[in-house]
Amino acid sequence: MSTTRTHPVARRADEVTTRPRMSPHVTRRSSRTRDRVTAAAFLTPLLAYLILFYAFPLFRNLDLSVRGYTVRNFVQGGAPFIGFDNYVKVFTSQTFVPALTHTAVFTFVSIAFQFTIGLALAVFFHSSFRLSATLRALFLVPWLLPLIVSASTWSWMLNSDSGVVNSLLHAVGVSPVNWLTDPNMALVSVLVANIWIGIPFNLVILYSGLQNIPNELYEAAALDGAGAWQTFWRVTFPLLRPVSAIVTLLGLVYTLKVFDIIWIMTRGGPAGSSTTLATWTYQLGFGSLLPNFGPAAAVGNILIALALLAGLAYIRLQRRQEA
Amino acid sequence: MITHTHRTATAAVAGLLAVGALAACSSGSSTASPGGTAGAAGGTYTWWDPYPQYDASSDWAKVIDRCGQAAGVTMKRTAYDTTDLTGKALLAGQQGSSPDLLLVDNPVVSTLAEAGILTTTKDSGLSVDGFAANILAAGQSGGDTFGVPIGANTLALYYNPKVLKKAGIDAASVTDWASLTAALQKAKAAGFKGITFSAVGTEEGTFQFLPWFWGGGAQLTDIGSPNAVAALDLWAGWVKNGLAPNSVINNTQTTSWQEFQAGKIAFAENGTWQKADAKKNGFEVMPLPGKDGGTAPAPTGGEFLTLPVQKDTARYAVSAKIATCMTDTTNIVGTDNTLNYIAPTEAAQKEQLAADASLKPWVDAVGAAKGRTSDNLGTKYPKISEPLWTAVQSALTGKSSAQEALQQAQQAAKEATQ
Repeated sequence: MSTTRTHPVARRADEVTTRPRMSPHVTRRSSRTRDRVTAAAFLTPLLAYLILFYAFPLFRNLDLSVRGYTVRNFVQGGAPFIGFDNYVKVFTSQTFVPALTHTAVFTFVSIAFQFTIGLALAVFFHSSFRLSATLRALFLVPWLLPLIVSASTWSWMLNSDSGVVNSLLHAVGVSPVNWLTDPNMALVSVLVANIWIGIPFNLVILYSGLQNIPNELYEAAALDGAGAWQTFWRVTFPLLRPVSAIVTLLGLVYTLKVFDIIWIMTRGGPAGSSTTLATWTYQLGFGSLLPNFGPAAAVGNILIALALLAGLAYIRLQRRQEA
Repeated sequence: MITHTHRTATAAVAGLLAVGALAACSSGSSTASPGGTAGAAGGTYTWWDPYPQYDASSDWAKVIDRCGQAAGVTMKRTAYDTTDLTGKALLAGQQGSSPDLLLVDNPVVSTLAEAGILTTTKDSGLSVDGFAANILAAGQSGGDTFGVPIGANTLALYYNPKVLKKAGIDAASVTDWASLTAALQKAKAAGFKGITFSAVGTEEGTFQFLPWFWGGGAQLTDIGSPNAVAALDLWAGWVKNGLAPNSVINNTQTTSWQEFQAGKIAFAENGTWQKADAKKNGFEVMPLPGKDGGTAPAPTGGEFLTLPVQKDTARYAVSAKIATCMTDTTNIVGTDNTLNYIAPTEAAQKEQLAADASLKPWVDAVGAAKGRTSDNLGTKYPKISEPLWTAVQSALTGKSSAQEALQQAQQAAKEATQ
């Protein structure tokens, strides 16, 4: 590792020492300025991009969340600074605790199932058999479908009166379930749909992780007389840990902000029983005739903070693994 | 050495170009004000509407062009999705680039007026003569009028004559809540569903609930009143007793209509916009009954033609001329027939009725209808509507009783409108 790292540095040092020999003192100075200009010119587009599309929107969202916006001062300017009033309003709202609980349940249950099923399928497909490539491709379908299509399809299937799920239940003599309209079932229904959508992502990443595990380890394990179960827990699972960590992190960030599936299937209802922080922020900002930009931005920032916490936890975990 | 300089220059130019392009983008949006090419006559006038389904070759677009020509200007029309239009109009107002004429859904008018984006008809000189007072009221707040309706739609009670016949229900017997519930029970006994509607947790849910709410004598200023509870108990009872399918809790008006189309439901509460499809399917229509008979006031739907504030106030005269042309009897009858709307003026309604007598229940329903933001509620309406639809959902799912749900909603509405 250390030899490859010194190599480019050495070459640059070499360049620096050879150049002055070719040009007089004055040109060296101007060439250094020119280098700086070049560097700045290369850097400017990136910086401009980062500021315009990352820093500014983030700042704007923070700014929105600490101001008392009404439609009038949104248009005409001069929204007063109100400190943390919007956050207080959000934290003390009757919607907050249920929305936070639903977000937590939705995220953790989704990830647990997506990861477990994804890993089981990845291991299954890793032992290549006939048609395994075709089957694996088929498993990608949920991922390729536009979310509006899959969510609408789920919502048709789970319809209380004319849905296929209830008619199947009826055929086997089970009384129908109000999947989307029962406050106790709505969150379960959107969870099922979200797990189904998330499995392919876990499958693909974990499968590629599996391919990076050297075959010799499996051969050695086989020679030592390890069974399938032992091979999985002693070889596959530990060696997949880095991949698992990144899959879980990405899954966490992605699931925290899931909005479309819930909105299309239940609109966060009935009566708020499947409202998560993501649907709540939309509901506040755009869901009614009168936009509530301040509190909406506050909820959005809480979501960003949660995702950031997850990211920091990941980095810490990674550091500990490397150390 | 030459290549080195050359490379530096290229990079610097590339960098500058990128920055320049970004600057150009940002300045482009702020100078795109339609007020740029001023002049009382001539020039281009901008028009925004929520009808992306009509392209430049449609009759709708042609009427706009003709009215522009009559006023001596060229029209530049842009169509947005209706949910997009409010946000776009607010942003345009913020940047001082509002269109000359803006067609928006009526409950949004008071919000845009509150934002100071719209001119009053007093300021713009737009005439409001001849428009039905109850329809015009949706565009009024604080004693000012902010535009003119180009048409109205509302809700009524569709029924499927085939189902009614099989269930032995006489449509004429349905005159109040009790007789309607009795009819629904007959339909259920014959193996059908009684009625479908939309109680979804959005503005649509409140829109559909209001005819029962108002028809029972409740007022939006007190959504926890006993009259309101009676209306919600009616709906909750229908769902609980299987007279209405459980899916109404999640149905939009479109999905509710699709269920009705399947032919297994006796009645459906739905809007004027379905009347062409109803005719095709052989469905009939009657006004929604009030609690003790009569026609319940249903909320008015439909768009208002407004004149947003411009820097150059001289443009209002031409815009008003265009608006008046768009709402003259010939044009508005043509427009409202295409849009499946009922005309907002008596003269135009008469002409619509003369051409199609089956519109009578709709003209009656529109005559009894009421704007959601009327009663001087204005921007308070959205803050009442949201707790109301939440209460409807709570009661229909059995999460809480109608009484509890509405009392909680009244509390929330009171806090929000303070």
